[in-house]
Amino acid sequence: MTLTSKKRDELAGWLFIAPQALGFLAFVVAPLAAVVWYSVQDVNLLAGTSTFAGADNYAKLFDDPTAPKVARATAIFCVGLVVLNLALALSLALLLNLKLRGTTVFRTIFFSPVVVTLVAWTIVWNFLLQDNGGINALLQAIGVDGPNWLRGNGTAMLSVIVVQVLKNVGLNMVLFLAALQGIPTSIMEASQLDGAGPWRRFRSVILPMISPTTLLTAIITVAGALQVFAQIQVLTLGGPADSTNVLVFYFYQQAFANHDLGYGSALAAVLFLVILVLTLLQWRMRRRWVFHEA
Amino acid sequence: MRRRAKIACYVVMGVLAVPFVFPTWWMITASLLPANEVLAYPPKLFPASPQWENYKTAFTDFPLAQQYFNSLYIAVLVTLGTMFFSSLAGYAFARIRFRGEKVFGLILIGLMVPSEVTIIPLFRLVDDLGLTNTHWPLIVVPIFGAPSVLATFVMRQFFITIPGELEEAGRLDGLSRFGLYRRVALPIAKPALAAVAIFTFLNTWNFFLEPLVYLTDKSMFTLPVALTQYVDVYGGHLWNVQLAAATTTVVPVLVVFIIAQRQFVEGLAQSGLKG
Repeated sequence: MTLTSKKRDELAGWLFIAPQALGFLAFVVAPLAAVVWYSVQDVNLLAGTSTFAGADNYAKLFDDPTAPKVARATAIFCVGLVVLNLALALSLALLLNLKLRGTTVFRTIFFSPVVVTLVAWTIVWNFLLQDNGGINALLQAIGVDGPNWLRGNGTAMLSVIVVQVLKNVGLNMVLFLAALQGIPTSIMEASQLDGAGPWRRFRSVILPMISPTTLLTAIITVAGALQVFAQIQVLTLGGPADSTNVLVFYFYQQAFANHDLGYGSALAAVLFLVILVLTLLQWRMRRRWVFHEA
Repeated sequence: MRRRAKIACYVVMGVLAVPFVFPTWWMITASLLPANEVLAYPPKLFPASPQWENYKTAFTDFPLAQQYFNSLYIAVLVTLGTMFFSSLAGYAFARIRFRGEKVFGLILIGLMVPSEVTIIPLFRLVDDLGLTNTHWPLIVVPIFGAPSVLATFVMRQFFITIPGELEEAGRLDGLSRFGLYRRVALPIAKPALAAVAIFTFLNTWNFFLEPLVYLTDKSMFTLPVALTQYVDVYGGHLWNVQLAAATTTVVPVLVVFIIAQRQFVEGLAQSGLKG
């Protein structure tokens, strides 16, 4: 071997990362650039032509009467999902962390929907939430006349959010549980000796100690909320009156049902921009509310 | 804790558990009901005489076996491929000093690029290559594209924690770089690999938008898309058959969880991290 070990490492390193790096170029960087390029094109799939359209697709976004409804639905879904998901995940983790007998059983129960195939879970709920479905049958049993959940203007979005929270809250719960178990008992005992009640301990000890996990789960959950698609496609098809027409669903309709690739690309670019801004924003804010970096 | 507080905790957990267990319970029981009893009132929580034919119908009247196979082999290939290539890249980023290390920061952008954003250009690429209605895009893109970035990140974070002395010993035994990765680093990395395996399998198994966009023939469909197609010739819902099909899709995920979890725990025990 004439190669020095340093040179050999240089070569090995590049060879090791080559498959990933090339894949990244081909399937992430290039398509990302292409989306920006398409978004300023007027793509006609039938004629197979593509003409420069400048900012037309973005201007269309402002003239599109559906766009504000989509923005509204996306915002409501994201905020509702994130708040509900994180609050429930943390509450469940706190309960399970009490080390009562039988908590492993409950942990398995709360985690179990994660194992159910997403579309299967959504189909079951589609079945349960229909007008003559299981939920209303149960409500009827206690004398309540339930609404048509997925077709009602006020209830459709709520239903979609709850279905999605129940599906995935187990993942965040596990992350929170790990964080809670990482809090040194000495700190908890010290605060107890100082006379801190449960609420005070939660606010002044537990919340700051688990803040890195909260940041992580918040970022993951926000990004996931913006990508919700299968649930909308199966449960509501964006209805009623676009009240659940979130960005990715609208994007899919424009790009693949209406075959408007230019406008679809503009919507995709907007989606990327929103995720990028929100992630960076949360990351910047971490100094304010993250107590220490794990 | 006082007795009353304990009881209160159990009551709260018990009530909270209902919406988590009930849908799965309903999915299984309704899959065993005859069609006219699925929507019966009061709801049937225990099928009096289980209709196993629903499961047979799910397979005989629809190409479910083929679709099952499609989903399985795609998920297995993507999982194995991701485990291999992301551990390789993760190893290099963590343990090899070379100029390409800087690429890592760039690759992390992939964490913020959801597959929806890039699917239009990828669809056109796949179309130009004549690969629509094949499984190529469903296998190759996830292994090398954005979905594998998280796996690479997890593997890198794990490999960083390996003590340098372990590799020194391997080096003295004359192992090459690939040998060090293959014989020293990879065997210790079982817990990280198990984590990567679990979430990659789960993600791939749940893919919905991609098969919807790339596939057109029913026999090429993967399970999530196939599950939405259970309607009779008049477009009416075949709830019991659909729920039977849905129930069967849980099995592979359970199996992966059981296998990977054992690896996960064993890995922890081996590395001496567990008590």
